[in-house]
Amino acid sequence: MSAKSQICSIWLGSETGILKGVSLTKKQAFNFCEMSCLSRDQEVCVMAWGDPHESEVLVGSVNGTVKTFSTDKGIFTATRECGDPSQGRFTGLAVTDSSMITCVESGLLKVWKEGSTETVEINVGNGICRMQQNPSQRHRVATGGKENPLKVWDLERPDKPIFTAKNVAHDWLDMRVPVWVRDIGFIPDSDKIVTCTGHHQVRVYDPSTPQRRPVLEARFGEYPLTALSLPASQGTVVVGNTHGELAILDLRKGLVRGCLKGLAGAVRGLQCHPSLPLVASCGLDRFLRVHSLEDRSLQHKSSSADVSGDVEEVKAEEDEVWDTMETVTEKTKKRAAQKDEATVTEVDGKKKRKLVKK
Amino acid sequence: MDSNEATTSESVSKKKGKTKKVKRKVKHDEAPVQEMEQAEGEETEKKSESGPCFPPTFSVSEIKNKQRRHSMFLKLKEEKRKAPPKEVPKTIENQRIYDETTVNPEDEEVAFDEGTDEFSAYFNRLTNPKVLITTSDRPRGRTVRFCEQLATVIPHAHVYYRRGLALKRVIPQCVSRGFTYLMVINEDRKVPNGLVLCHLPDGPTAHFKVSNVRLRKEMKRRGKDPTEHVPEVILNNFTTRLGHSIGRMFAALFPHDPQFVGRQVATFHNQRDFIFFRFHRYIFKNEKKVGIQELGPRFTLKLRSLQKGTFDSKFGEYEWVHKRHEMDSSRRKFHL
Repeated sequence: MSAKSQICSIWLGSETGILKGVSLTKKQAFNFCEMSCLSRDQEVCVMAWGDPHESEVLVGSVNGTVKTFSTDKGIFTATRECGDPSQGRFTGLAVTDSSMITCVESGLLKVWKEGSTETVEINVGNGICRMQQNPSQRHRVATGGKENPLKVWDLERPDKPIFTAKNVAHDWLDMRVPVWVRDIGFIPDSDKIVTCTGHHQVRVYDPSTPQRRPVLEARFGEYPLTALSLPASQGTVVVGNTHGELAILDLRKGLVRGCLKGLAGAVRGLQCHPSLPLVASCGLDRFLRVHSLEDRSLQHKSSSADVSGDVEEVKAEEDEVWDTMETVTEKTKKRAAQKDEATVTEVDGKKKRKLVKK
Repeated sequence: MDSNEATTSESVSKKKGKTKKVKRKVKHDEAPVQEMEQAEGEETEKKSESGPCFPPTFSVSEIKNKQRRHSMFLKLKEEKRKAPPKEVPKTIENQRIYDETTVNPEDEEVAFDEGTDEFSAYFNRLTNPKVLITTSDRPRGRTVRFCEQLATVIPHAHVYYRRGLALKRVIPQCVSRGFTYLMVINEDRKVPNGLVLCHLPDGPTAHFKVSNVRLRKEMKRRGKDPTEHVPEVILNNFTTRLGHSIGRMFAALFPHDPQFVGRQVATFHNQRDFIFFRFHRYIFKNEKKVGIQELGPRFTLKLRSLQKGTFDSKFGEYEWVHKRHEMDSSRRKFHL
């Protein structure tokens, strides 16, 4: 069991409660589930890394439990009751220093401290669709939902949000534009936040500026955007919608750079690799697909018997896992190096001729 | 030590075999040259020797003896007539690209998935089907007649006139009145061309393209109108995971226990992603022979999309969407 879990580079959570690990080198998927009794209320809503070394996966289910899975040992090590189903599903799960942050659909954001039963509670508003943690400033959290604008909260000052987004101006019919934040992403090395909405808009907000309205707005497709992920290269974002259309958008101008083909069902989970130009997607069509972001081709496809809810990936530390993919990029680099050498020799030749003439 | 001895003995025997073969070959090469001179007794010996193996470049025409040559030729002709067996012709169904999602009957995950999905209430005999059939707004004659005929074929089906009502408002009313299915026949240019099948409590919605609709009047050699008996259901060739979901959707339209007295059967046959619906009445003449009469309407369906949840084409999440340019690029790849 532990050998199986250690080679898995992508973790998926499914609707039946099974945690699946996919190993791309071996092209195999392994199922990990707690007990032989599966049920629909164990459906995985959110997943998060339990620690910075990525040795633990936290899995949040519909019935309000958060399970800890150890990737080294290959078993579920702990279960924690974090709320009840009456408040809605989990929409966000995060970990700071020694505490766990959970957010549910009804807007109750709780910080669970390790060891003690006291919790810090914040009411974020009703109808939350997503709660995301800032990876660089781990005490900052962003929330958003249906008719619930983007709000950034600082957990050290939980009474008021540090940033609340303002709705855009009325549209060309002078009607209020509805708000529906589906997924949030923090752009690394800056204060900016990217959101994708159910009204097929992608918006970029900058809390450091006094402008509370979006800095950039882009539109893609005609269907609600369900998932968003930021790749390692700056300036782009990958989004997916309910029709299975994945697109790479440019964040400088707001244009569509390209679409990733292959998905037939709604995208439920998207995750980009932290350093390589790869993105993993899973959805209602019961397939996990890994696309390359440079040439937009499908690198890996594996099926799971049931619908997948969420995707998590392994960092680039385990280089041997990603070796087969790295060789592709190296070839192009070699060609570029040869070109440079050729130009250098040409220049030398010309210089020598000049000296001879003299 | 033992192994060494064994290997040496093997090599010795191999060498012997080789020498034997060499001797045999030499004999055969000499045979045609010497045949004319030798007597019959020797010829028979050679026949028995030449039976098992021939040198590869030997052909019937090299035998100089006319009678012998003739008999060899007749033998070869006999063999050709018997062998080879007839080749299986390649068809698109034979050459179908294997679909990864083809369901294995022993797969536990799929079994669990199907045991707890939206149709589990029907398959566990907790609910009985009740179907509401309606059309798009202002239907013309053909569509109306099609709906009426469908209502006779599907038990517990009720046809209602669509008064321009929004489906999203119709659905909560259906749920409150205990309907399990909502069937909307879409009409275009006086002909039915689409079908939206929505499983009611909160089930999946399938959108089909309808083609080749034949009403009862247009059918040749048809039987009398169907009776009120509950028909049997046949679902053919729904092999993939998606096919399973659609097959279960069709199965849940009909009540559980068919009344065999009625001798009626509804067939949903899937071939190359087209689903053919036929309604027959059968009669067993004896144990091996059956006579069938086609009653009822006949139509062809093609799945366009399967959406999770009740009808919500704008904001619903799709489980499967037909994308022509991606999915129809190969003539041998099918999804149902």
